[in-house]
Parts: sequence; structure tokens; C-alpha cells
Amino acid sequence: MRRALTLVRRRAISAIPVLLIVVVATFLMLEAAPGDAVDAYLLSAGGGDAALAASLRAQYGLDQSLLSRLFLYIAALGRLDLGWSVAFERPVLALIAERLPTTLMLMGSATALSFGLGSLLGVVAGSRPGSFRDRALSIGALTLYAIPGFWLGLVLVLVFSVSLRWLPIAGIETIASGKHGLARAADIARHLALPVAALGFIYLALFLRVMRSAMAEIWRQDFVLAARAKGLTRRRIVWRHVARAALLPLVTVLGLQSAGMLGGSVVIESVFAIPGFGRLAQEAVAGRDAPLLIGIILTSAVLVILVNLTVDLVYAVLDPRIGASEVSR
Amino acid sequence: MNVLRRLVSNPTGAAGLALLAVIAAAALLAPWLSPGDPLRIAGPALLPPFTDPALPFGTDRLGRDVLAGLLHGARTSLIVGLAAAAAAVLIGSVVGTIAGFAGRLVDEALMRVVDAFQIVPGFLLALAFVSVAGGSLGTVILAIALSAWAQPARLVRAEVLSIRERDYVAAARVIGMHPLEIAFKEILPNALPPVLALAAVIVAAAILTEAALSFLGLGDPNVVTWGSMISEGRNVLRAAPFLSVIPGIGLVAAVLGVYLVSEAAGEALGRGGRP
Repeated sequence: MRRALTLVRRRAISAIPVLLIVVVATFLMLEAAPGDAVDAYLLSAGGGDAALAASLRAQYGLDQSLLSRLFLYIAALGRLDLGWSVAFERPVLALIAERLPTTLMLMGSATALSFGLGSLLGVVAGSRPGSFRDRALSIGALTLYAIPGFWLGLVLVLVFSVSLRWLPIAGIETIASGKHGLARAADIARHLALPVAALGFIYLALFLRVMRSAMAEIWRQDFVLAARAKGLTRRRIVWRHVARAALLPLVTVLGLQSAGMLGGSVVIESVFAIPGFGRLAQEAVAGRDAPLLIGIILTSAVLVILVNLTVDLVYAVLDPRIGASEVSR
Repeated sequence: MNVLRRLVSNPTGAAGLALLAVIAAAALLAPWLSPGDPLRIAGPALLPPFTDPALPFGTDRLGRDVLAGLLHGARTSLIVGLAAAAAAVLIGSVVGTIAGFAGRLVDEALMRVVDAFQIVPGFLLALAFVSVAGGSLGTVILAIALSAWAQPARLVRAEVLSIRERDYVAAARVIGMHPLEIAFKEILPNALPPVLALAAVIVAAAILTEAALSFLGLGDPNVVTWGSMISEGRNVLRAAPFLSVIPGIGLVAAVLGVYLVSEAAGEALGRGGRP
């Protein structure tokens, strides 16, 4: 427990400068854009005169100097105020809080699918490295890994929604279905099936390959030889000794892929018209909504840090050697 | 040469090289195989594939030749993939070398920046950058490079840290070489091989990122890309599914080719399979 607390504290302290760099860099990058939210607003509103533009800029604080706006923004961040979305005319934090659960559900399901099925197939491939089964699964996984997620999504829609008509084409649930409780959950699950598959299959390939190559390494180690010499059955060696030891690198990959999956959800949510966090990013870009875009990038950075922290904690539980030195320091 | 021979004799490597050769040939010969602007109207709209010998893959919603788009799209994908990976490796090598070779303070500062770039999802970063800088081929390349340089930087730094203690570096110091000269002439060249292995993966990722960006309509509107073709075809997904399916196959072939070759190269160089 003490080990875990130390780990959390150290991570929290080291995360602050990194997040600060993210904020400043994103802020400066978006400032370099020609035109601002007021320009975009006037364009969408059908025009306006210079006086209106000036008063709007004063209202949003866009008439102040770059540095003072940066400091104001960071100060507001300290109060958990992410600013005001010009495109949606709502606080950024509320928007993100509204959209995030959908994306977390999508990512969580996709991670569960890819981790579960990927590691299982990885054990199948890694139980006999170099066999035909291993070669076939490895090449299959490589092919799957080469498929762009958005294209896989479209192909899945073609097969399961357009041709077979088994699953809905887009959206997160049937609009105004009036369903409640379990019926509503089943409806959402039907809508999420294809996006989860499109997002998860790519990482399934990743987990399969990591599991397989970790197992291939472990087969060469002495304790496997010892297990064989003891006369253990092959099944027992595969599951209890080799696969179990290969699980550790897999947990690391679980943390590493979280940023990639968050980025992937932008495109997947656009393909399936899911009103989530990723789609919000695209809408922020379309609306030239700088405060919203900074908020989104910052939130995703925090999310990735949290996922990695969780992974480290799990790692510390699984492997007692990890973090022991950090406590004694 | 020896590595290349082993690459060809390995079925995985041979298949990958064949895929890449076809795509590279399409990219290089596109102006001769289908001369003229691939975005011009070439025939009736929504012509199905394999019906007109002059337009073997049919036409899209506006009557543009799908085959021409496919050939010229290969060009865009390869240019963006290679240029973005080269830029990412270049930025990563310079930052990694400086971080590994300079003192603790510079190292610490640079690595926090690397952390920051690794924590933000690369695709979000590229998306934001393109939205700011505008969709041209150059900005797309820069955006992808910006989202991909952190990993090579980390790798180069680790290599530099282990190499800087070697005897030949000490010797260079003794003969009075400038630290920067030591860093970039003695250390960096020796730190590069593992980075080049990573470069193949970055090329593949860059091709996929470019496709996703142009799928979202953020690419260069004046250039044909496979991503924008898929996005175009999506509007008529029911009536003409081939419009989205065909360019996607091109994408899979290109990325798979890169993966197969890098896998076979890994086997030929005697290390285990890359995950």
C-alpha cells in the first residue's frame, strides 16, 4: 500500500511540468492560427461589422496580449476552469464531461475485446513458436494491424448493416426509442458493436503479437526446462508458467496503446456518428474553437497519464520488484 | 547485400518487397500510366468497375477515374509516409543526441518535452496542427512528423547514453574534438541502426495517419489521396461500395508491405519478431 502511495505521489509531481508544457505548447500553436473564434462566429452568423467584432473580442478577452491571455488561462486552469467554448456557447469543461463517458465506454469495450481475445490468440500462437499455427496467426495479426480503423469500420458497416442488416449503421442509440433500463443498454450495445470492433481489432493484433513474442522468449528460459523435467503436462506449462510470465509485457502495452486508441476514437466516432469526445475534437477543429481544442488536448493528456498510472499500479501488484527501490529512496 | 539476399529468400520478406514494389511502381509511373490531372472528369459518374476497359476500376460520384486516383494516391501516400518518417527521425535524432550528450539540466528539460509529446495522442496533435496551419501536403507531413518524433528521440537518447562511455568517444575527447562534433560525428552514426528499424514502423504509421487526416477532410484538397477517396466514396456507400473499398485495399497493401519487410529484416538481422 505504501509502495502504491509513493508511486502515485511521484507520478503526480512529475506530471505537473509535463502538463504545463502541453498547455503552453498547445496554446502557442493555436495562437499561430490565422483568424480566431470571433472570425469563425461572424462567418457562421453571416457577417457583422468591425465594431461588433471588436466588442466580441473584448468580451472573450481576445483583445489582450498573448502572454497575459496565457497566464489568465493557466490561472483559470488552477480553478478547474477550462474556459468557454465559442462554437457551442457553453463551458468547455461541461462539454467535455458530457462527451467523455461515451468515449470511455467505447475505449473500455474495445480494450477489453482486444486484450481478452488478443492475449488468448497470442497464447495459441505462442504455445508452439514456429509452428504453422503460429505463422498463420502472426501473419494474420500483421495484416489486421495494417488495416486503417476507419476503413475497417466502413467495411463492417457494409457487411453487417447494409448487406446483412443485423446491426444499426450509426449513432449511439435509437433516437427517441423510449427504452429504459436493460432494453436501453441492449440498444446501446447493438449500436456500439461495430465501432468497438473497428477500434479494437487493430489492438487485438498488437496484443496477439506482444503475447506471442514474449512467450517465444520465455520458452528458452531455464524454469521452463525445469518444469518440463518435472514432467508437467504441456498444457500446464503453457498456461501456468509461460503464458503467465508473458502477461507482464502485455500490461505495459495496455498503457502504451491508450494514447493511440484515444486518437483512433476521433476517426471511429466520425465514421459511426457517435457523439463522443473524439467527435468533439473534430467539431472543435471545424468550428475553429481554440479553447475547446486546448481543453480536449489537455483532457486527453490527463487521461493518458491516469491510464499509465493505473497500469503502473497493476504492474507493482503483479511484480513485487517494481517500485521497491522507489520507496527505499 | 547479404541482408537483402536473406530478405528475398524469406517468404515474409519476399511478399513484403513484392507489395512495396508494386506500390512504388504505381507511385513512380502514375504520370505515365494515367497522364493528366487525376481529379479531372474522365467519364460518366458512378460507372461500376470492370465494365469499361478505358476505366477499369470505374468512376466516382463526379465521374473521376478511380484507377487514376489509386495510382496518384499511391504517390501521395508514399511521399507523405517517407517524408514524415524522415523528418520525425531527424528531429528525434537531434533532440535525442543533445539530451543524451548534454548535461543533466538540458537532458531533464528535453525529456519533459518528449514526455509531453508522448502523452498527447499523436492523431489529436496532428489534427490540431493541420487545422491551424491549413491542409497542404507540407503541413500534413510536418504535422505527422510532430506527432511521431518523440519515440525515436527517446531511443536515440538511450543509445547515446550507452555509447558516450565508450573508449573511442574518450579518445575523441582527448584529441580535442568539439563536444558537438563528437555528438554528431562519433556518437549519432553509431546510435542510428535501432532507430532505422523503428523508422519502418513510423513510415507505416505515417501512411495511416495521413489517410485518417484526409478521410476527415483535413488533407490537401488539391491532391488525390486514398483517404480522401474513401471519404468521397462513403457518401455513396450503399450504391457504390467499391469506391470506398478499393482505395482501402491500396492502403492495407502499402502498410502491410512495410510491416512484412521490417519483420523479415528483423529476422534477417537476428533479433526476435517486432510486436
